Amino acid sequence: MAVQTSPSERVRERTAPTRLIGLVVSLVLLVAAAAASIAVGSRDIPLDVVWQTLSGAGGGAATSTDAVVVLDSRLPRTCIAIVAGLALAVAGALTQAVTRNPLADPGILGVTSGSAFAVAIAVGVLGITTVQGYLWFAFGGALVATVVVYVIGSIGREGSSPVRLTLTGVALGAVLSGIVSAMLLADPEGFAAMRAWESGSLEGRGWAGFVPVLPFVAIGCVLAFVISRSLNAIALGDDLAASLGARVRLTRTLAIVAVSLLAGGATAIAGPIAFVGLMIPHVARWMVGPDQRWIVAYSLMLGPTLLLVADVLGRVVLRPGELPAGIVTACIGAPVLIALVRRQRAFGL
Amino acid sequence: MSAPVSQRPADAAGAPTALAKARRRASSIRLPLVGAVVPRRQLLAVGGLALAILVLAVVALGTGDYPLSVVEVVRAMFATDGGFDTTIVLEWRLPRVLVALVFGAALALSGAIFQSLTRNPLGSPDIIGFATGSYTGALLVITVAGDSYFSTAGGAIAGGLLSAAAVYLLAYRRGIQGFRLIIVGIAVTAMLHAVNTWLLLRAQVEVAMAASIWGAGSISLVGWEQALPAFALIAALAVAVVALSGGLRQLELGDDAARAHGMRVEPARLALLVVGVALIAVVTASAGPIAFVALAAPQIALRLSKSAGLPLVASALTGALLLLAADFVAQHVLPAAVPVGMVTVVVGGLYLIGLLVGQARKKL
Repeated sequence: MAVQTSPSERVRERTAPTRLIGLVVSLVLLVAAAAASIAVGSRDIPLDVVWQTLSGAGGGAATSTDAVVVLDSRLPRTCIAIVAGLALAVAGALTQAVTRNPLADPGILGVTSGSAFAVAIAVGVLGITTVQGYLWFAFGGALVATVVVYVIGSIGREGSSPVRLTLTGVALGAVLSGIVSAMLLADPEGFAAMRAWESGSLEGRGWAGFVPVLPFVAIGCVLAFVISRSLNAIALGDDLAASLGARVRLTRTLAIVAVSLLAGGATAIAGPIAFVGLMIPHVARWMVGPDQRWIVAYSLMLGPTLLLVADVLGRVVLRPGELPAGIVTACIGAPVLIALVRRQRAFGL
Repeated sequence: MSAPVSQRPADAAGAPTALAKARRRASSIRLPLVGAVVPRRQLLAVGGLALAILVLAVVALGTGDYPLSVVEVVRAMFATDGGFDTTIVLEWRLPRVLVALVFGAALALSGAIFQSLTRNPLGSPDIIGFATGSYTGALLVITVAGDSYFSTAGGAIAGGLLSAAAVYLLAYRRGIQGFRLIIVGIAVTAMLHAVNTWLLLRAQVEVAMAASIWGAGSISLVGWEQALPAFALIAALAVAVVALSGGLRQLELGDDAARAHGMRVEPARLALLVVGVALIAVVTASAGPIAFVALAAPQIALRLSKSAGLPLVASALTGALLLLAADFVAQHVLPAAVPVGMVTVVVGGLYLIGLLVGQARKKL
């Protein structure tokens, strides 16, 4: 037995530092993307001014236009991109692991549409306009949509096939966004706030909606790490996982709760953004292998990087206007989806 | 029908085939003029659909800011004096009702052709990216060349064809597998949607407004001068569908069986594809992308008429009824008028979920 395990132990010893180095590199990339996100835009700001403003070094400079742009517009925007990006990426990693579905993504599976629909109801029917008010609706909508898609997608003897789950998500997403856009068209003034939120743009969202979401996203991330070991077992199949001592039902429930918290939180602060949760876990898996703990850790670093880069790209391609970040991620992510279904072993994880 | 069956001795050797023959004869009806034998169930379905369309059309003609009773509508239709009621019914409301009926039928026919060819209830043109692609084409034309009916229509058709071809090629990997086609369609739709948003944001406000109304799928802006050429084209295409329908039935049996029956498979398939694409392209060019009618109508017709293959006549009638009903809901039932495309998205999406649940149940 010892003879058998020692090679794999050695592999792990060899790869763990490599994985750590990769994680540090990802962190550096993330910091670079964040810096670019603060510096680049319709008004380009030199990096040294950014640094001075953020560190509070030049006391007098804090009143200049550059400083106002950095502190009031770019900084909240960057923070929102970071939190939304990591939440979506971790939610995607969890969804893919728990459904054993390589095509899973909170956006494609209709979770963000559920959020958007609930927010539309809150804004349009109940007259709630503050972010703190409709935050709860975003969470609730995400939770209900997750459960509905999962239940409908897994009726039948062979359980949830990746394709049926995806189709169910797309169908539910189409229904919900059809209703939302009909509501928007029917009452344009009443939904002015909703329209900006729904565009998937990170512009002009400010701190108000950001702070209350943080604890929920944090809880979601902690949950993701806690259940990652059980998810490794579930990847082998429910029966084998149960015989290995994993509590399958509990793990799945916790995963759904975590996905709702993460996807609902991200949608509440940034609007519906698709494809981040699809791409990032695949990139992470490609870099670190099938261990869910490392996938979650890498998703935490890579998700924000992707969303920041998408946001910066969106600011560059339409100068002085902007393309919403959610649109840019769809443009980058759709080819990834095509590549995934064209792969030889398309539907195995 | 039960009497001759009960008289037949149960132990007779020829009983099963003779019984089946008798039953088929009893449940089929020979049409007097055409001479074709049609199962009674299909005839019932077609008759019921036609009746429902007639009733709904009369109701739709009578509903609006100036309500008319059924009697008034019928009198206005056949009156020769040209009173106010006649103007309202014939000039204002009839075009919209006719457009809904004809476009719905065209969408459903296109859907039936695609679903037969892919042998998959989900292989319909609105799933595989056609509608979004034609929106992209129309947007390009509107933003670059300006908004005129024929240039928009041309752009929509070209965009739709290109995106359908792209989806088909991207999904092709040693043959076309239904689900891969659909997932690739979803991905291409997402990308084209991103491109559309980019084009809309770049465009000027008035152009963007016109384009986004078109993109929501509305038949309220279609007047006689756009409807009549579209009607003529759809009629010609319907004749082509009838001419090709024999080939479609052969292809449903599988390529090998069709070949064994002496059919040239690839030319027939190509002709059917072109007709199917042209049908949906004509509608999309006039009314914008109207989703899910092509998906749902053939399957509903199949369940109504319980035929072996997808029934073309019943599909067309179901599509006409669906679009008329959706437009009625969009215009009169909802608190504010919305484009009909939004109603069909919601109804069709729910139907798709139902379809998936049904498929799962069947496998239990």
